[in-house]
Order: sequence, then structure tokens, then C-alpha cells
Amino acid sequence: MAKISPKKIPMREQPAKERVRNFNEVPFGYSIEEAVQEAKRCIQCKNPGCIAGCPVEIDIPGFIKFISEKKFKEGINLLKEKNILPAICGRVCPQEEQCEKVCVVGVKNEPVAIGRLERFLADWEREQGEIEIPPKPKSSGKKVAIVGAGPAGITAAADLVRWGHKVDMFEALHQPGGVLVYGIPEFRLPKEIVFGEIDYLKKLGVRLFTDSVIGKVKSIDELLKEYDALFLGTGAGLPWFLEVPGENLNGIYSANEYLTRANLMKAYLFPKYKTPIVKGKRVATVGGGNVAMDCARTALRLGAEKSIIIYRRSKNEMPARNEEIHHAEEEGVVFQLLSNPAAFHRNEQNWVTEVECIRMKLGEPDDSGRRRPVPIPNANFRMPIDVAVIAIGNSPNPLIPSTTPDIETGKWGNIIADPETGKTSKKGVFAGGDVATGAATVILAMGAGKKAARGIDEFLQTGVW
Amino acid sequence: MIEIIEREELVPNVHTCTVYAPGIAKKALPGQFVIVIPDEYSERTPITIADWDKKAGTITFVFLEIGASSQRMAELNAGDKLYSFTGPLGRPFELEKFGTVALVGGCYGIGGIYQAAKALRKKGNRVITYSEARSNFLLYWNDKLEKVSDEVKYATTDGSGGIKGHAWDILQKDLTEKTKIHHIIAVGCTFMMYKVAKVSEPFGVKTIVSMNPVMIDGTGMCGACRIVVDNQTKFACVDGPHFDAHKIDWDIIMSRRKAYLEEEIISKER
Repeated sequence: MAKISPKKIPMREQPAKERVRNFNEVPFGYSIEEAVQEAKRCIQCKNPGCIAGCPVEIDIPGFIKFISEKKFKEGINLLKEKNILPAICGRVCPQEEQCEKVCVVGVKNEPVAIGRLERFLADWEREQGEIEIPPKPKSSGKKVAIVGAGPAGITAAADLVRWGHKVDMFEALHQPGGVLVYGIPEFRLPKEIVFGEIDYLKKLGVRLFTDSVIGKVKSIDELLKEYDALFLGTGAGLPWFLEVPGENLNGIYSANEYLTRANLMKAYLFPKYKTPIVKGKRVATVGGGNVAMDCARTALRLGAEKSIIIYRRSKNEMPARNEEIHHAEEEGVVFQLLSNPAAFHRNEQNWVTEVECIRMKLGEPDDSGRRRPVPIPNANFRMPIDVAVIAIGNSPNPLIPSTTPDIETGKWGNIIADPETGKTSKKGVFAGGDVATGAATVILAMGAGKKAARGIDEFLQTGVW
Repeated sequence: MIEIIEREELVPNVHTCTVYAPGIAKKALPGQFVIVIPDEYSERTPITIADWDKKAGTITFVFLEIGASSQRMAELNAGDKLYSFTGPLGRPFELEKFGTVALVGGCYGIGGIYQAAKALRKKGNRVITYSEARSNFLLYWNDKLEKVSDEVKYATTDGSGGIKGHAWDILQKDLTEKTKIHHIIAVGCTFMMYKVAKVSEPFGVKTIVSMNPVMIDGTGMCGACRIVVDNQTKFACVDGPHFDAHKIDWDIIMSRRKAYLEEEIISKER
């Protein structure tokens, strides 16, 4: 066997200097030659760890083999048996912690670039034009309502419709996609790709109703009269704030608001699109996750001269993907580590002018296994800013729990759902994704949607709760 | 897409729009709001529901032509379609038998109190409505309000109708002269609601205001509409929009309302 090249075939991308001034996607994706070459790095192990490492159990060696043989059509079909949204997952999944983490090639070399290959197949298919629609399955005569057209709901809908159930999907916003559309920026996940995947779902027979706030325009009990089962994938809810003085000053956003303005409402195209966003010269984003990186990088693209990440621990403890941190650094985002805001200061018009931070040091590990940040007394410092974005997480969406008293919720207002089946405390109602687990990743929400789809299918067939 | 059934400029700059939205009409309660996007480019605009016809399946809202998105709305006519229309959002007013209720409305809020007046009367309350505008010709829905109120009092800043001054001036006079008022609800611009709160506070009459902060999604996700009530952060879209006026931190509201004045002007010019 030929010697395996130790490194992944690099993916070409927009140079950092150029891309910080536009919202176009950063990496270009593999060419056919690059994809084939990378696919040949896969050694097709007998007992592949990657499949088990994938929350939706894609036959990874299988589709990679097809790529190495240039059988792209077969490859995408195999991929889509398990994953309806490959163009999205190939871009936003944390592969380094999942499939690529357990890749055998990765023991001595860089693992196979599974995510990039997944993306390649999806992009290849889209560029071919006509996307193949599988034959319609035999109807089960059962109806399922999906509440929330984000990653969890879309995934559940895709499986359920392919198993012959009639699926209606309700979305509160005016566009489907959930966090894929309001949250993840265009330069990381072009919206055209999300809408393409949703169109595919519609072609499979899923009906989509936007502008439909379930809990308000229709209650869960009313839906249960019309449908045999429900899936609640209502996602993220109200943002958490630091609860420090000055946090309600003008110029201070939650990450959800900042990103929703920029992405869903296209504030970066203001004034053609009418939703404004404050384009700060010095923007501070508080937090160390992927969402914080998205905000800090969005700020640069909106014209910030300085975009600062304020994080209370060190870079090692940051929950963001390495790739995201790396991209942010390349683009010039400044990391103000071991610092935590204590207050925001203002001018006479109540606009934020400075953030005052406490310096931190790392103490003993906490419950999460990460070293706990401990404040250093009398070491506060101030930085001039004109916009701050608070990206420290959010609670699950409150709308369904607050309008459905008989559904059991947990400490954070999350809907309690069985992690294996998605079953909630209410018969016929399943849930998954951020509304059940609290803020997590797209792929985990998709995994939950997939498991719930199985749970729903079983319930529809047996009637057993 | 939602079809516009009727459109009218009630008085200069104040418009009504009636749309066919049977699902929302069926569920609407006094004090709730909708989010309207007139076209693809416009903002998500929260607007108080003014009226509905559950049989006909229609919702009517009153809006002020003020920014680019409401200007676009004002350009649309019967037969045109709205890009997006979502509701009913927010919690309805908590209406019970209070005794005598003062309902204060200004600008779009004159429309916003109509259904509350109706429901309060049904619950056996005596309803005194205070309607205010800059001038007599800017008052609207007088007939409608008179039909559902025990008494309607008018105030105009130029004195051309009712008393010269503001609704809160009449309210203050009534409270001082010991008119029995057990509950106050105010809907309108932030400054008017703030003034009503300041007027009623010394008399200890419970006062509910319908807050209208900047909102984006309106469904409990973005956190733009946060306001501070009783030293706690609340979200107008899901916790409100109605709050105890005497517990609100008004300074924060006032400055947050003004955050996008400059952008408003830019977006109207293009």
C-alpha cells in the first residue's frame, strides 16, 4: 500500500485580509482532484471508529470509497441515507471531536478530512443542478407536526416523511432554518445552501408553514387533535446576560440579537435591507464559544477596526472549535483572555464607552473539568469600546413550556425528553435539540431529531407510550 | 403572504390596516400584538392588535408612519400582500372586575385600547377613556371608543378639541378631585406612558403600560426587548408587553428607544 500522506489536503480559502471585508464563505471547498486525493487517504478499516463517532451514523468509509472511485452520485446517495443535510454538516459539524477524532489514520497522521469530503459531495450534487428525489414511500396514514424548522426539526421531518408519514412543519420566524439562518453567519454557512436543503425536504412532501408561533396561534393540545404525534424542536430561547452594571446601555447586544440582525434580517446590507445594526469601531464580544467567534468575525466584516474577544479562562479552555478560533485569529480578532467584564461605562447619551474587566487566574478544575477562573483582587482595567456583544449562552425557548402547563420542564426551563426516544411527559409529544438539552451544536440537535424520529415512528406503529 | 382587506389613512400619519388572518383572529385577545414585515427588505415590526372580527377572520391594526418599514406599509393597499404577518404574540391584558378603569390612549394606542375597553365593560367595569392627540383633527375612532366606554375625555396639545393639554393632565385632575379610579391602563408612545406612570404613582393606583421596545424575533429568542422591572431583566415579547408602570426603570427604556434614530433617517432616504 502506498504511504499515507501525513497531512490533510488543505482546503483553499479566501485570504484573511480580503475576507474580513466581505460576507462570502471563507473556505472554497475541494476540487474533484483534491477530493479524490484526500479520499485515498482513507484506509477503509475493517472496524471503523468514525461511524460510531458520528451522531447520525453515516457510513463514512462507504461514501469516501465512492469519492476515491469518482462515483460521486453513488457517494451522495449513500451519504443521504443517513444525513439529509450534508452541505450543512460538512461545514459546521465539529468533526475533530467526532468522526475525525477516532479516525485510525489520525493516530499517526492528521485524520482523513471527513467533513471536507462530506461537503464536497453535497456541493458537487448541488452544482449538477437536478437533485434526485427518491420514490414516494407507501403512506402510513399517520400525521406528524414538527414545531420549529431548525436542525432538529428538519432532520426529524426528513426521516419521518421518508418512512411514509405525512409531515407538517411549523416555523415561528418568516424563514425556515432556525439557527442555521438567524445565527450562523453567511461567511460560515451560506443561506442559499440551507434553503436548498429545505427545498429538498419540501420536494419529499414536507409542508412548511412559516410565521406560525405554536403555543400562540395554536396550542399543543389543538395540534394533538389534528396530528398523531408532535416533535418540538423550538431551539434556543432568551439569552443570558452577565448581570453587571451598565449591561442595558445602548450598543450592548446579546449574541442572538446581534447575529439575528446581521444574518436573518441582513443588516450587513443596510440600508437596502432596513434592519439597522450598530457598526462599532471597537467591538468587544464576551464569551469563548463558536457563537462568540461568529460575533467577533461579523463585527470585523461590519467594519470594526478592533474586534476583541473577552474570555474569563485561557485559550485552552475555550469551547469554540479550533478551526473557528484559528479563523478568528487569522482575521485579526484580539483575544483578551483571563478577563471578565465587571461593568460597562457610558457617555451622557447612555451609549457604552468602556468595558471594565476583572483579571482572572485559573484555579482548580470545576464540574466541567475545566480549570475554574478566579478573580484577582484590585487588578481591574478598562478598555474603550463602542459595541459589546454578550455571547455567554441562552436558555431554552420559553414559548411552549409557558403555554403548555402539563409538559414537564427542568431546572433551566428545558423540556424534559428521553435522550433515546425524545419522549416528553405528554403523550404523543416528543422533543429534542436545544429546547431539551440547552444550547449545544447543530449536529447534536440533528442527532436528537433523528432519534426522536425513530421514537415517533415506533409510537405511530405500536401506539405504545 | 397575507392579504390586505382594507387600508386607510385615518388621520395624517396614522393608518389602519385590516388583513385576512383567520387563525390569528380566532386567538387574539386584548393587549396582544403582531409582527408585520411589509416586504422582503423591511424590519420585523411589532404592532398592537387594535381590533378583530373572529367571524370574518380579520385582524385590524393601527400604525404610525414613522420609519422605512412603516412607510412601506403605508404604501400598500387593499388587495396587496404582506410579506410576513405573525401573531398573536405577547400576553394579553389581565382583565377582571376592577371597578372603574381609566384607559389612556395616544397615537397608535388609541386603537390599542379599543378591545380592552370592550372586554372591561363586559366584565362589569366602568370605563373612562382618555384619548389624546396634538390637535382635534388627529383624534380618531371617537365613535368607536364612545360606544364601548362610559365616558370619553379628550385632550389636545393645541386645545382644538377637549381640554388643552395631555391625557395625563386630565387623569391627574381626576385623581386629585377624587374620581374613583381603581385601575389604569395606558397604551401609546413611551413618553406618554411614562407621564401617566408619574401622575398615578402618588395616588397608588395600579397602572399597567404596554411597552413597545425595539424587538426583532418577538418570540423569546433575541433579547432585544429587554427592560428592567423591579430590578429584574424582563423581555417584553414573552414576559409582557404589559408591566406595572411603577416598577419600570424608565431611564433605560427611554434611551434604548432612541438607539437607532440615525439609522431610521438613513434607511428612509434610500
